[in-house]
Amino acid sequence: MSDTQSSPTLAELVLQVRKSREYGRLTDAIPYARFMGIGVEHLAGEMLCRMTYTPKLIGNSFLPALHGGTLGALLECSAIFELLLQTETQRVPKVISLTVDFLRSGKAQDTFARAFITRQGRRVANVRVEAWQDDRTRPIASANALFLLAEP
Amino acid sequence: MERCSLFYTDIVPHNHALGLKLLDIGPAEAVVELPYADFLVGNPETGVIAGGAVTTLIDAACGSAVILRFGRFLPLVTLDLRIDYLRPARPGASLTAVAECYRATRQVAFVRALVHQGDKSNPVASAQGTFMRLEE
Repeated sequence: MSDTQSSPTLAELVLQVRKSREYGRLTDAIPYARFMGIGVEHLAGEMLCRMTYTPKLIGNSFLPALHGGTLGALLECSAIFELLLQTETQRVPKVISLTVDFLRSGKAQDTFARAFITRQGRRVANVRVEAWQDDRTRPIASANALFLLAEP
Repeated sequence: MERCSLFYTDIVPHNHALGLKLLDIGPAEAVVELPYADFLVGNPETGVIAGGAVTTLIDAACGSAVILRFGRFLPLVTLDLRIDYLRPARPGASLTAVAECYRATRQVAFVRALVHQGDKSNPVASAQGTFMRLEE
């Protein structure tokens, strides 16, 4: 991105990315997503999140397995990006509560997640998210999250 | 304390990458700090740390409390974790998780945790989780 123009606010960026589908511009604007290697991709007509594997995501070096916290982070980021890109909200939604079930250990490889908004009200949204690696029908973690949406 | 601190060095790469520090331990209790850092920010407009980093802090603190409860190193897996955010975190300040393993059976351990920013009576988050011992 050019530095000669003042960079857009997050709300402006969200509006631009909804149209252009240059998802990297949004995930790049969120330092933690950049650090974790979490990005948004449009694959076969649906929006997915990918957490690109790097050794710093490992929690157990002996197995090796991804840190449980990284799976929680991917699920939560995926829900936030779904809300930012598919609803009217232009501010990062605030998580109220998050429940994560760890179903299988995460291998040292890329992990995908898909979020589904199960209910969206004026102030609160419920989102269900699943994460998988090789086989989508065998998720490695799932979450239910409740978010407070910013006033439009 | 020194042996448990190993979980916060590069033996557990992700704890190390986040900068987690073990501050204190008890018989079934662990106090872990997540220092504030710009790369942890989840909302660039407010500077508030991403929930994902808080989830990792809680998972690490709870896992340590379980290890301390069993009194020796055991391979563990997190079965589930529920986190309630009680108030927004203050940007610029570190977060401290206090985790307690309040019940452990032969296979399953139950843990609760509170996350605060210096004032334990005004926590940022409250959490509850279950862990399981892997077979040896």
